[in-house]
Formats: sequence, structure tokens, C-alpha cells
Amino acid sequence: MKIAVCVSNVPDTATKIKIGADGKSIESAGVTYIINPYDEYAIEEALKTKEKTGGEVVVISLGADASKETIRKALAMGADQGVLLKKDGCYDSFSVAQALAEEIKAQNCELVFMGKQSVDYDNCITGQLTAEILGYNCISVVVNFKLEGNKITAEREIEGGREVVETELPAIITTQKGLNEPRYASLKGIMASKKKVIEEKPAKDMSDLTEIIRLTIPSAKQPGRIIGTDASAVSELVRLLREEAKVI
Amino acid sequence: MAKIILAAIEQREGKLKRNAFEVMSTAKRLADELGLQPIAICIGNNIDGLGEAATTYGITKVIHYRSSELENYSPSAYTDIISAYGKEIEAEYLIFSNTSLGRDLAPRTAVRLSAGCLIDCIYLRNTNGEVIALRPVFAGKAIMEAKINGEVKVFTIRPNVFKTETAGDKVKADVEIREIGNPNLGTKVIAVKKSEGKLDVAEADIIVSGGRGLKGPENFKLIEELAEVLGGAVGASRAVVDAGWRNHGEQVGQTGKTVSPKLYIACGISGAIQHLAGMSTSRYIVAINKDKDAPIFNIADYGIAGDLFEIIPALTEEIRKIK
Repeated sequence: MKIAVCVSNVPDTATKIKIGADGKSIESAGVTYIINPYDEYAIEEALKTKEKTGGEVVVISLGADASKETIRKALAMGADQGVLLKKDGCYDSFSVAQALAEEIKAQNCELVFMGKQSVDYDNCITGQLTAEILGYNCISVVVNFKLEGNKITAEREIEGGREVVETELPAIITTQKGLNEPRYASLKGIMASKKKVIEEKPAKDMSDLTEIIRLTIPSAKQPGRIIGTDASAVSELVRLLREEAKVI
Repeated sequence: MAKIILAAIEQREGKLKRNAFEVMSTAKRLADELGLQPIAICIGNNIDGLGEAATTYGITKVIHYRSSELENYSPSAYTDIISAYGKEIEAEYLIFSNTSLGRDLAPRTAVRLSAGCLIDCIYLRNTNGEVIALRPVFAGKAIMEAKINGEVKVFTIRPNVFKTETAGDKVKADVEIREIGNPNLGTKVIAVKKSEGKLDVAEADIIVSGGRGLKGPENFKLIEELAEVLGGAVGASRAVVDAGWRNHGEQVGQTGKTVSPKLYIACGISGAIQHLAGMSTSRYIVAINKDKDAPIFNIADYGIAGDLFEIIPALTEEIRKIK
């Protein structure tokens, strides 16, 4: 079976964000990009599944040239093949999903893993959209995954617990922290990844359904009051919570 | 005839939760502002108080798709039902709550209706007949102002952020029940595993969170006691979850849950950007930390810069007195 993993590169969460000159995107100079943290669970689960069922793992990313580094990382962890769908400054989940769906279909992948959300535009919907476009089944925010023949049993995180969900291939699984412990790339894996081919092609141009009007940096909240430095401040805190904030 | 704004509300175990009221109230407000007709849709088996809730929030029509097989969530069946109904009534807007269910269902429905979709909105306003949304991006470090181009528009709204307002003129809602014979259970929930009787951070009004400042997992009982007297939930920072002191289900922040309670008490949490991303839209924030320069104090409304081992028990005691 051919398994796809979709990955994206995102600004390091510790990076300070600056708004670009167009007022609609972030200034990329000085930003360190990393692999989207949730995608590491997707890569690991794809590799674990391949180890059980055989087949190969193809890594697909949509983005600028810099995304090649992210693909290379997945290849170093053990994925077999990479595809970069080239497009600059893409934020609209629909466009991303359409381009991914097209490639997944072309590659004939029956099982697809991707992170439950990318930590840049925090949309959390690309997996569901892609599945719906392809007519695949989909389970999102998965913390436990089992494949037996054609049948998938997975657990997804919900408020106050987990849902146990059943479905069948073909399917897209979006991955959440807790699903597995992503492996580190071994030295051998890193060396081998350099010989693996990353196919590059332009992403098909799609029309966006959403439009960014502008991005702003939220105004810093006025720091609050430090009421005291020991337990003697507690009664004043309780009074403020009751009388001023009215929350207890 | 007026175009329709559809409030897609959710039930769990036959009950509506606050997020359902938020969705109805938001749909009603936008309907009034844009000259639309609000309709609510709910899928489930028996649902308590559906008509009453709709009446309270000014929704005059509710459609209840009923099946004993759909008490739990089924992504395939729910998507089929909502998108078919959306097409039938030619809904122009659909509002969901940004819960685990809404976030899963809204994008699927959007594809079926060829709609654009904006997720996790914290503000929706009408500007010259267009709905403009604000949503946090880059973990809350930036706010995106965006709109949907296209005839059908799908929004999910962050729980606990939108106000619920009861309607001034109460018109009794008309509840239409449609029985569903053979739901498409291609993907379905077969069981729900609840975390042992604990209130979830994503649903709590009050959250007491602990971080590395607690020095060890055994000291979390201070956090649990304070949460208990307040009737709140226990949260945790990433550091203590990664260290194995607490379960990931309690983690607040970028790789955990995003929360917006009325009151968030951060104890021994320095306030790394990843943590702030998950809780900065809380209404009131209290920080207890011995380092007065910790970034958490920059976003806290009230702070005590001292020893939490002394302050938390005193706070628990003080609150117990007034409860």
C-alpha cells in the first residue's frame, strides 16, 4: 500500500512575528522555519504502518523552496519519496486541500496522514477538506490508530474524553500529540535521504475562497496589578475576584 | 424571502451545552443585522429542551434530525444531513461551535456546499452587509481579519467567547422532527471513553493550571484542591506534561487545548509563548509565581509574586470560607 504524509513548514513557535509590508502576511526575514510539530506524529505513524503492512511512504508538501528541508527531514526519518508542490504564500486551506487531493490521487495513496493543524494559520481543517474533496473517509485529531485489513479503528480527542471511531480505507487521519513518539533520524537515515529524489512541480493554481483583509499584532494587554508577594495578599485577591471581576 | 443563516448546534448525550446557546445567539444577532432568517439544526436521538432553548435565543424554527443511531457523532452521516438541509433551504451562512465536533464537521460541510470556511473566530461583525471575522493565527501572536468570498459561508466560533443574549420578544420556536432511516455510518463513533469524572479544561468556566513551579507531580494536589473549591478544572503547562506529571488532556497551550474561561489561575507557570497562545483570551487571568519578572504577569489581571506553596493553600482556604 502506498501511504502519503502531508507536511508543512511553519515559523518556529518561539519566533517573534512581524507583519509584512502588504499588511496581510508575515515578514519572513529573520524567521526560523521548522517542521509543523503535529506533522512529526503523522510521519511516525506512516512509517510504523509501513513497517507492518509493507508498501512505501511518499511525503507531500505544498510551499516555497524552503519546504524541501522539511521533506528532507521526513525522508531522513525513513520516508521513501518526496514531492514538493511549489507555491508561494499560500494560506487558504481550500487551495491547499485541492492541490494535495490532486497529488494524493495521482500517487494513488489509500491512506494519508497529516498533522491535525499547522501552527501558522491554525486552521485545523485541511485534512477534512482534502478527504471530502477526494471522497475519502477521515478521522481528525487522532491519538490512537489501528489498521486491520481495510478497517480502521482510531481514537480522537474530544472535550472530556475520547471518541472511538471506526471507518475503512481509503482514509485520511489527522494526527494529535500523544499518538506516538516520533523517531529521530539516524545518521544512516540522514545520509540515505540525500540520495532520495524530491520531485518538484508547480501546485495547480486554485482560487481561494477566503480572503485575508489584514493581519495585526494584538495590542499588548496592560499588565495587571501585582497585589502582593505573600499569603497576606490573598484576601485582597479574593475581594477583587468577587467585587471587581465578579468571577467567583 | 429572506436568506437563511443556519445555526448548527450540537448535543451530547441528548443535552445541549452552552456552545449551542452561543451559536444560536450569534446566528440570531447576525440575522438581525443582515436581514436573514435564523434556523437551528440539531442531529441526535432524543434531545432535551431543544424548542425552549431556541425560543430563549430568538430562533423561531428548529429542525431536529432524529435517529437512535445518531446519538453519537458520525462524521459521514452528520455531513450528509447538514449539507443536504443546507442545500434544501439554500442557506447562505452556517455557524458551528469550534468544538471537537464542530471543527470536524464544518469543513466537510463546507466542501459539499462549495463554501468558504473560517475557523475559530473570536469576533464576527457585519460591515456593509459582509461578515468580517477575526481569528487568532500564529498561536495568537497575530490576529487575522478575513472574509469569505463565495455564495455560502461557514464559520466556527470559539467557545466561551461569544455572548449569549436572550431574545427580547419571545416567539415560540417551531420544532420540526425528521426521522432518519438509514444514516450513512461509513465513519462512526462506536464508543465514548470519558476521562474519569473530571471536568475538561475546554469546557470549564474556571481553570487552575500548574507548571514547573510546583516542583513535582505530588504537589499538584494543591492545584486540585483549589480547582475543587472553585468548581473548576485542572490545567497544566507543556513542561509538566512532557515531564509525565500530568496527562496531555490537561495541557493548555499551542500543542494542547485552547481555552477561554471566565477565570484562569496560572500557578508556577512562567508564561512561555506556547502557553499564552492557549489561554490569552481568558476573561480574567491570575498569576501566582515567585519570579516577579515572569512573562505571565504581563498578561495577568492580578498577580501575586510569591511562594505558591504558601499562597495556594491560603487562597483555597479563603475561597472555602466564602463558598
